[in-house]
Amino acid sequence: MLRLERVSAAYGRIQALRGVSLEVPAGSVVALLGANGAGKTTTLRVISGLLRPTDGAVFFEGRRIDRLPPEAIVRLGVAHVPEGRQVFADLTVGENLILGAYARRDRRNVPADLERVFELFPVLRERRKQLAGTLSGGEQQMLAIGRALMARPRLLLLDEPSLGLAPMVAREIFRTVRRVNAEGTTVLLVEQDASRALQVAQTAYVLQTGQVVLWGPAAELRQNEAVRRSYLGY
Amino acid sequence: MTEGQLLSLAQQVISGLSAGSIYALLALALVLIYQSTDVVNFAQGELAMFTTFIAYTLLTWYGVPFVPAAVLTLGFAFILGYAVERVVIRPVEDAPVLSVVIVTLGLYSIFNSVAGWIWGYVPKGFPTPIPAGTIRFAGLTVGLLDLWILGSALVIMVLLHLFLRHTTLGTAMRATAHNRTAARLVGIPVGRMLSLGWGLSAVLGAVAGMLAAPKIFLEPNMMAGVLLYAFAGAVLGGLGSPFGAIVGGLLVGVIENLLGALVATELKAGLAFLMILAVLVVRPQGLFGTARRRKV
Repeated sequence: MLRLERVSAAYGRIQALRGVSLEVPAGSVVALLGANGAGKTTTLRVISGLLRPTDGAVFFEGRRIDRLPPEAIVRLGVAHVPEGRQVFADLTVGENLILGAYARRDRRNVPADLERVFELFPVLRERRKQLAGTLSGGEQQMLAIGRALMARPRLLLLDEPSLGLAPMVAREIFRTVRRVNAEGTTVLLVEQDASRALQVAQTAYVLQTGQVVLWGPAAELRQNEAVRRSYLGY
Repeated sequence: MTEGQLLSLAQQVISGLSAGSIYALLALALVLIYQSTDVVNFAQGELAMFTTFIAYTLLTWYGVPFVPAAVLTLGFAFILGYAVERVVIRPVEDAPVLSVVIVTLGLYSIFNSVAGWIWGYVPKGFPTPIPAGTIRFAGLTVGLLDLWILGSALVIMVLLHLFLRHTTLGTAMRATAHNRTAARLVGIPVGRMLSLGWGLSAVLGAVAGMLAAPKIFLEPNMMAGVLLYAFAGAVLGGLGSPFGAIVGGLLVGVIENLLGALVATELKAGLAFLMILAVLVVRPQGLFGTARRRKV
């Protein structure tokens, strides 16, 4: 469904990705692991069009997308839940969700999808009229995911969804990610909690200083000596 | 205080609100742009002046009736503002603040001199759809022109509020102003939203210009003083708050008028600014502003 071919990217003179290739099969959950600064967030930014790669190509459902602006990529069915959630703090929860569907042409189905998001995250329904900035961290994460789902993505990019959340809240978020995936949305997950990520994902890639150093089925990586030592801590 | 003094005070407040509603409109235009692009647009007043001249031309040279002339002018203002953002501001978007300030000052002087070149510097009267005259109620004498100004300004503000709060496009504009990255991620064409913001601001300015012109006469420098008061209003209310801009603009109008009547007309601008300074010393973020957050 998604394929990166030798993608390089840079912030000014700082090289962030060096020839990253990876593949996300339709229907799967793929995890991107790695230390801070390894290039995980940059990879997602390249896919969603926030950052143009300096080299290489990105294909989504066979179509090259690495020269498209973010709004065109959303429209193709890729939604990005960014690092730090980035909800519209001064807008209400309801407005945030409605804007999630901004790029869609089938306006008639928006109310039904809003219902679905409220069903996934009932707390958002209660807080519908509240300003997003007044939500707790976990609720903001739910809102950020809900907003992305309003675009009806076929591929969901999640950047550190559990960062800074209480374990119980993080568990709830992951339960929802599993459910969204089970209902047919492919997921590319960046996560600092490697053991949790490897439980959810079928495949994982390990990034180091902008390069893929290891990849394979999640079950195998869980057994891998280097992964265990560096990311699982046992 | 005698009843006569009270009445004269009320009289001053009303004409202050009339002037203030013009400041408020222009302050609103400044705040809309400042919120979405972080640009303080020094050319806002000149854009307003220029579009008011367009209205004047339609009205007096071509004999277009007032309502269609006003509508055409607002349309022209929108396109002008939109184009200015797209052509002039966008290329310097990432330039240092001072460069952008110089660019808007450049626009100021371009619009000013082009207007002088086309229409000359002799002040011209500007027609209104309202007959000259006053109405009296509760012992007060209120100019019909003041009522027209205040009423029109309020209608425009309500329309703007409805647009920004209750339409998807308006919500998307607010979202873009608050968080550009997130706006791009949900598929909002950010560039178009910024152009739209400039277009809307130019429309607000055009309304302010057309309302002010019958009072202060039409000439290329007519908006210089108005812009200064609008800035004062915007800063007083808080540069980040549209509601604050309205309240700030109205307050500046009232303060200016009261001080002119009670102290000395010559001192009213100076005293008004002295009061504003005093407020800002206590509340640097303005009456309704919140401490600035940097955009990512």
